[in-house]
Amino acid sequence: MTPRRKRLVLVLAILIGVGAAGALALQAFRENVMFFFDPSQITSGQAPTGERFRLGGMVEKGSVVRTPGSLEVRFVVTDFRHQVPVSYTGVLPDLFRDGQGVVAHGRLGTDGVFVADEVLAKHDENYMPPEVQRSLEKAHGGRLPPQSPP
Amino acid sequence: MDWSWFHRLGSPPHVYRIAGRLVPWLGWPAAMLILAGLYGGLVLAPPDYQQGDGFRIVYVHAPSAWMSLLVYTTMGSAAAVGLIWRMKVAHAVAASCAPIGASFTLAALVTGMLWGKPMWGTYWQWDPRLTSELILLFLFLGYMGLRDAFEDTQRADRASAVLAIVGLVNVPIIHYSVEWWNSLHQTPSVMKLGRPSMPASMVVPLLLMLAGFTLYFAAVLLTRLRGEVLRRERSASWVKEALQS
Repeated sequence: MTPRRKRLVLVLAILIGVGAAGALALQAFRENVMFFFDPSQITSGQAPTGERFRLGGMVEKGSVVRTPGSLEVRFVVTDFRHQVPVSYTGVLPDLFRDGQGVVAHGRLGTDGVFVADEVLAKHDENYMPPEVQRSLEKAHGGRLPPQSPP
Repeated sequence: MDWSWFHRLGSPPHVYRIAGRLVPWLGWPAAMLILAGLYGGLVLAPPDYQQGDGFRIVYVHAPSAWMSLLVYTTMGSAAAVGLIWRMKVAHAVAASCAPIGASFTLAALVTGMLWGKPMWGTYWQWDPRLTSELILLFLFLGYMGLRDAFEDTQRADRASAVLAIVGLVNVPIIHYSVEWWNSLHQTPSVMKLGRPSMPASMVVPLLLMLAGFTLYFAAVLLTRLRGEVLRRERSASWVKEALQS
């Protein structure tokens, strides 16, 4: 092997070695890298109980209930297979609305209600002008068809 | 295949000359593309149905983020070429990339945070995409710091090249972070298979900005490369001649 080829092999070995180490590490810490759990994972018991974690999914249409005179709001988060009810008291971000992706941080109570202390809106990858959205709404008789649950 | 063009790129005076000649051919089109992209994005494009005018920050944010990955890939590849073929000019390219890449990464992070506060409701979350992009910034800064720690340019080249190559692993992690893991950050709207999730009136200015940013990067890289080559060759006779003429 010429010295040059040796160096080539060395560089490739570094890349493969570090890549494999990185992949294994990320695999091992998969739960910690996951930014949120979806309702199906919570239903199947994968979410930590008694600890704070994040719940992500879509706000179910028509499920948002505000308590008049306070900042308390209740809604249901769905991934179109399972549902988790959420209660939250505080200011909601601009993009929070029916049918929109959402990430809530908090604890799952024993009654199955997720008590959030922070609610973030998750934006999807779709951009469009308001006129297009209005005509789509007419065509589908409501909001956009869900394209990708977060 | 004729490799003489490649071997000539190993010659500092040749590279210095070629780079100087290319810079205006890259810089002016970059300026025009960016102006056209900004006009298209900030004036002509319609507002988004949910984000209103707030989405327009994407015209700086997304190209900056793409460039941060492109610059790092360029830097890592140049460092590998320099290490394997002992090509000083390739090391000079890698060294010239780092501050540009760090700037693009910082721009992507800052514009993302400014958008995140009103849209998501938070400036920062330890989300896989955000965290891996922050690591990219630290890789650029670490590379620059490591280079500065050596008196001897050759030793700086070799040590920093290993860091640059190791850091290449982070590039696919950043790109796929939004698909591999649940993430707060949305998945790609344009850099994906299939049609972009944006109408043409929004995506065309974005592509103009991307092309403009890419040419801008090439122009700045070659300008920095000329300076780096001069610094490395400061005792060579061709430098005296080049600077006198």
